[in-house]
Amino acid sequence: MKITLNIWRQPNPTSNGAMQKYDLDGVSEDMSFLEMLDLLNENLNEQGEDPVAFDSDCREGICGTCSLMINGVAHGPEVTTTCQLHMRSFKDGDTITVEPWRADPFPVLKDLIVDRSAFDRIIQSGGYISVNTGSAPEANNLPVEKAKADRAFDMATCIGCGACVAACPNGSASLFLGAKITHLGELPQGQPERDIRVVDMVAQHDHEGFGGCTNIGECSAACPKEIPLDVISQLNKDLRTAMMHGH
Amino acid sequence: MTDTQQAAPTTVSDAADFFTLGAPIADTKAPADASVPTRWEERKAHAKLVNPANRRKIKVIIVGTGLAGAAAGATLGEAGYQVESFCYQDSPRRAHSIAAQGGINAAKNYRNDGDSVYRLFYDTVKGGDFRSRESNSYRLAEVSASIIDQCVAQGVPFAREYGGLLDNRSFGGVQVSRTFYARGQTGQQLLIGAYQALERQVAAGTVTTHTRHEMLELITTEDADGVTSAKGIIVRDMVTGEIETHLGDAVVLATGGYGNVYFLSTNAMGSNVTAAWRAHRKGAYMGNPCYTQIHPTCIPVSGENQSKLTLMSESLRNDGRIWVPKKKEDCAKDPREIPEEDRDYYLERIYPAFGNLVPRDIASRQAKYMCDDGRGVGPEVDGVRRGVYLDFADIIARVGRDAVEAKYGNLFDMYAQITAENPYEVPMRVYPAVHYVMGGLWVDYDLESNVKGLFVAGEANFSDQGANRLGASALMQGLADGYFVLPYTIANYLADSHERIDESHPAVVEAKKSVEERINHFLTTNGTRSVDSYHKALGHLMWEYCGMERTKEGLTLAIEKIRELKADFWKNVKVLGTNESLNQSLERAGRVADFFELGELMCIDALNRRESCGGHFRAESQTPDGEAERIDSEFAYVAAWEWGGEDGHSPVLHQEALSYEAIEMKARSYK
Repeated sequence: MKITLNIWRQPNPTSNGAMQKYDLDGVSEDMSFLEMLDLLNENLNEQGEDPVAFDSDCREGICGTCSLMINGVAHGPEVTTTCQLHMRSFKDGDTITVEPWRADPFPVLKDLIVDRSAFDRIIQSGGYISVNTGSAPEANNLPVEKAKADRAFDMATCIGCGACVAACPNGSASLFLGAKITHLGELPQGQPERDIRVVDMVAQHDHEGFGGCTNIGECSAACPKEIPLDVISQLNKDLRTAMMHGH
Repeated sequence: MTDTQQAAPTTVSDAADFFTLGAPIADTKAPADASVPTRWEERKAHAKLVNPANRRKIKVIIVGTGLAGAAAGATLGEAGYQVESFCYQDSPRRAHSIAAQGGINAAKNYRNDGDSVYRLFYDTVKGGDFRSRESNSYRLAEVSASIIDQCVAQGVPFAREYGGLLDNRSFGGVQVSRTFYARGQTGQQLLIGAYQALERQVAAGTVTTHTRHEMLELITTEDADGVTSAKGIIVRDMVTGEIETHLGDAVVLATGGYGNVYFLSTNAMGSNVTAAWRAHRKGAYMGNPCYTQIHPTCIPVSGENQSKLTLMSESLRNDGRIWVPKKKEDCAKDPREIPEEDRDYYLERIYPAFGNLVPRDIASRQAKYMCDDGRGVGPEVDGVRRGVYLDFADIIARVGRDAVEAKYGNLFDMYAQITAENPYEVPMRVYPAVHYVMGGLWVDYDLESNVKGLFVAGEANFSDQGANRLGASALMQGLADGYFVLPYTIANYLADSHERIDESHPAVVEAKKSVEERINHFLTTNGTRSVDSYHKALGHLMWEYCGMERTKEGLTLAIEKIRELKADFWKNVKVLGTNESLNQSLERAGRVADFFELGELMCIDALNRRESCGGHFRAESQTPDGEAERIDSEFAYVAAWEWGGEDGHSPVLHQEALSYEAIEMKARSYK
């Protein structure tokens, strides 16, 4: 296949960026999208041009490192991560636009790479169960209803990639937040800190500059792990309950 | 270190031209007078402690935030030490432990199927083909149950039964069900648990995380007695290019494995050996570098631009049946049209007792033989079909598609995504790929390397898995080291006072200078060939000559070719851009440079070990029916390699003799 790429190039966090056009030949449909960018970079390197910087690590859809707005859609046209997107989803002669995540709390570091450390700070504000190593009771002393355990698992599959934020017109991280609140809130272990957790995490979310949720649903549609929109209802419910409890 | 009995070589090493023999080495920390099952209790009882008020004055540097690094960081932070945590990823949550799919072993005996600490220990030592250290493997089994308790308390959503209790499944190489799992994402869930515990300590002020920072040098000093100690690390801020110095009272390397020396592996793109290799060059011994694990069930290579390989969890072998056509002419047919009597379920045929659940090395090698025999399936790559079927038709017929989907849904989806084939309808195609390395930096029972104050945890050390690792034991080891071993042993080291240095110390100045010179070299070489093309060429050599089957001739040739390629790399590599910005080619150049040196040592180690054991199969050492033949009389030792110096200086081999008192050493058989 032969394709044309329009790629956001920005040398560093402070300078202005611009879209740049590249023609690329020799693309096979079995290549992943990132292998296609590897090929472009090999060509650029050969021509003495700075390769395009983009994030990726596990390349099997689980680490959450890769990103990219592809033709305006977070992670591109399939419901998966960019690393698991294959060129068979495109046609010979296509023009593909590739941009970084676009959100104020995710500043661009270079080209297609953004800084997502705001997510770590949200977790620091309460996204955990406080249990020191060595102090845990025997695991089977605490049965967990299978339905609840399964739901907790489904929400815990969030990979923290930030597609929800990139897709949201408000730049909200409510889906990310709701997934963690629901994961820990479904489990008996998560109950003692349930109120304070939601209050602190929402405060940090707002402090980082993420926008509010207006129930548009782009986040869930873009989520490669298909986190459902109802975690945001759960988030709001838990927040309301915590406030009623006087937080 | 005390001198011990050295295995007396009866023949000249195949690698005699490539190394010199040094003094034997021994672990002196495991209490030798205690029996194997009581050693850890004994060690903990007599380990020195650090007063809580003093802990906040002590700084521990931890490189890597996978299971071992994050668990150690969280636990040492909880204890009150100042922890400086480093990772090359943009968040600690992305370390490659996250990609482990299948599960984590623990001797809980919840299934009442006869499991026990002893049996898990036995399986680990036997699975490791009697090339692991008995004391370490026992301790691993011993603390395994506590890991599950800890993770459940953190909110790790393990699979459960309808009664609400934890579910288990079985894995290759064992006859009990002791594997805990979270669908096909166990590593992700365990890592998020450890990551959240780590971030909790960041909030508490005990842990500072440094993301997008890569360790490029270890800082060591030597005292009047010639004892080398770790004092800190040099890192590069991968965004600004700034070269930073971080000094501490102890350094922990939890930097994972070096499978990317093969270029194509199931490792993450960034997984590398640099931190461990820099420590090796500063004096830390590298243990058994040739022990690599080739995982039997990965998605076959589809083309030359492939950047990585994807594993299909070993848990699939519980319910999937592996086969190839009996007749070569059937290989290109639709597998559904090949009748039952024309299929060769070769693992069930050769190993009736374990069937499809034989250990990884055996399953991998048999797949290679089937394909070498011309009975492989899937597309031809370089003229050979490299794939075997992993077929779920029987289980789907027996329990229904929904039940299979509940158990393996995400793995099936992943397979379909990559291959555009539906595994519910057509058998999966799988082929072995490099997945894990049992080799790593040499450590004693305390997980301390021969460099004082340098501790090594998880896949980065060599200690627990011997020559082959059983499935679901990597997660176990990472968390055992991080949560339950290091916190005790590192305290024992920190309880004594150690000299501190500042940034003006010559050791710091020298380390920083060497890092800067190396970076400068890459940026000013102005060669013609990309870093990736060298990496691919190296990987090809390693897979061809130091992969599933190794020979004297092949390894000798590989060493020569690696040396040529390496010399060319240093003269002709092309790295664009500057240091003072985010520069991914520069990052890779440093990693590939270290892979060259590692690859050469792996081949020397493989050449020296003229026996077959676990994942290391020397064609010259096999039984008449083609099984691995261990040579205990000559090779029952850990090969601990000391850096010999730059080109022209041979590495030095120190042997740690292995003896077994709790388990009788015998030939490993799964027939």
